[in-house]
Amino acid sequence: MDLIADHICHRFGALDVLDDVSFQVAAGEVVAIVGPSGCGKSTLLSILGGLLQPSKGAAELRGAPPKDSLNPLTFVFQDFALLPWNTVGENVAFPLLHTGLGASDRRAVVDDALRRTGLGDFRATYPKQLSGGMRQRVGIARALAVKPAILLMDEPLSALDSQTRELLMEDFVRLLADGTMGAAYVTHNLEEAVRLADRVVVLSRRPGRIREIVTIPMTRAERGMADARGKLAGLQSELWSLIRGEAIDAEREVQHA
Amino acid sequence: MLDRAAPDTANEAKRPVAFRGAGFTPSSSRYAGWVGLALVIAVWQLAGSAGWVNPLFLPAPSAIAVAITKLAQSGALWQHLSWSILRIGSGWLIGTAAGVVVGFAIGLSTMARGVGITFISALFPIPKIALLPLLILWLGIGEEPKIATIALGVFFSTAISVYSGVDAVPRNLIRMAQSFNVPFHTIVRRVIWPGALPSILAGFRITASVALLLVVSAEMIGAQYGIGAFVLQAGNLMQTDQLLAGVVILSLFGLAVGKLIGVLEARLLHWR
Repeated sequence: MDLIADHICHRFGALDVLDDVSFQVAAGEVVAIVGPSGCGKSTLLSILGGLLQPSKGAAELRGAPPKDSLNPLTFVFQDFALLPWNTVGENVAFPLLHTGLGASDRRAVVDDALRRTGLGDFRATYPKQLSGGMRQRVGIARALAVKPAILLMDEPLSALDSQTRELLMEDFVRLLADGTMGAAYVTHNLEEAVRLADRVVVLSRRPGRIREIVTIPMTRAERGMADARGKLAGLQSELWSLIRGEAIDAEREVQHA
Repeated sequence: MLDRAAPDTANEAKRPVAFRGAGFTPSSSRYAGWVGLALVIAVWQLAGSAGWVNPLFLPAPSAIAVAITKLAQSGALWQHLSWSILRIGSGWLIGTAAGVVVGFAIGLSTMARGVGITFISALFPIPKIALLPLLILWLGIGEEPKIATIALGVFFSTAISVYSGVDAVPRNLIRMAQSFNVPFHTIVRRVIWPGALPSILAGFRITASVALLLVVSAEMIGAQYGIGAFVLQAGNLMQTDQLLAGVVILSLFGLAVGKLIGVLEARLLHWR
């Protein structure tokens, strides 16, 4: 199943946020969306995920979702969005409650999601008892439980410290390795973009327009090797050169506002 | 080899860094309150026993205890208390049920919000006891007007605390549920209700006090039985020990209700 941004424009009142954004996330592909602060990255993701209606254009799907997918387009949120009154197990089971799965099937799905994210021992723990990294793992387990075709990730690592970020990035690489799941990955962090994405959509400052779409010419497995570091750093500085001027202008705009 | 202390200061005397982080973290002591209360009662008793104050104006705590015991033994205490509890219970339940329904409607529906908030803003400031004569006119002189007065007082505070609670539920949790296609009723039951519960329970504390205030006022205006009526009668007869016995019973009742809500909070909000 492909996810397509088809000439998406969006305004908040008098404020133009997105202008004619078109690209697609093919089945199993990871597309990172980067750009200066306030360029409409998260707005774009909300539109792609059906949480916001665009002023013009459309988010579209092409092809059937995988047969066993319970929620083809699934978000992983920056602030985790866990229900604080539910345990880890209950949070992961939450999106399954209305799907018609029986209690034993639900339990099996939750067990599998918790195992894949290393949360097997934390089923009865409440979110407030977990570190930021563990909370995001719960968010990922909840997303995996519904077997998504495409993950919509809104800066999933930005609220975490660098060590936890590194560990979770490794988790993402592992989870996306078999190519059954695609992802649209919004991030500020260019290192994350070049480590995880197959292509990087670079947006201009507000109103966000596509400046360039950069293809990362390595498999994710290759990027984990020691000799790939130089090449990744080169790609990262190429992306930074595309964004830098715009980021400075965006920063000045915020200061003047 | 990272210690770069200058060699010329190495022989100087060391002094501790002054601690500046004290205060601004008050903690409640379990026994301090009770000790303070016991101290006040002891001084009060001493003043009464020593004849420093006229018992007609301020009877000693022991006299009040005797009055409560006599009231309990005669059965008058239960008679008055049961009428008050009946009125508070009925009025509070009706007002709370209506307040929760209207509060959720205002919190969830644009139309209900538009209409509801205007009405609540206009009617909430009216002292509800002022409506008792009108309610007597409409509903007769039985229990109904007293219960209706309490229900009205409870309704507005409950509705406000419920829709404030619904408004305070983090929107990201609702968007999360919507992103998983969770149906509306499940979002209300599993996201909005638990999210609004802290505010709703805080509202219960306020409405319990409002109900107590209104039942006493209503009973003073038009009732033969009830703690309010009893306190008024005692005052008219200058039986200050009985009057204060009624006040103590009201205080104990308020404390018991507060404790009950505390237990509810501990059970329902254990995740906080």
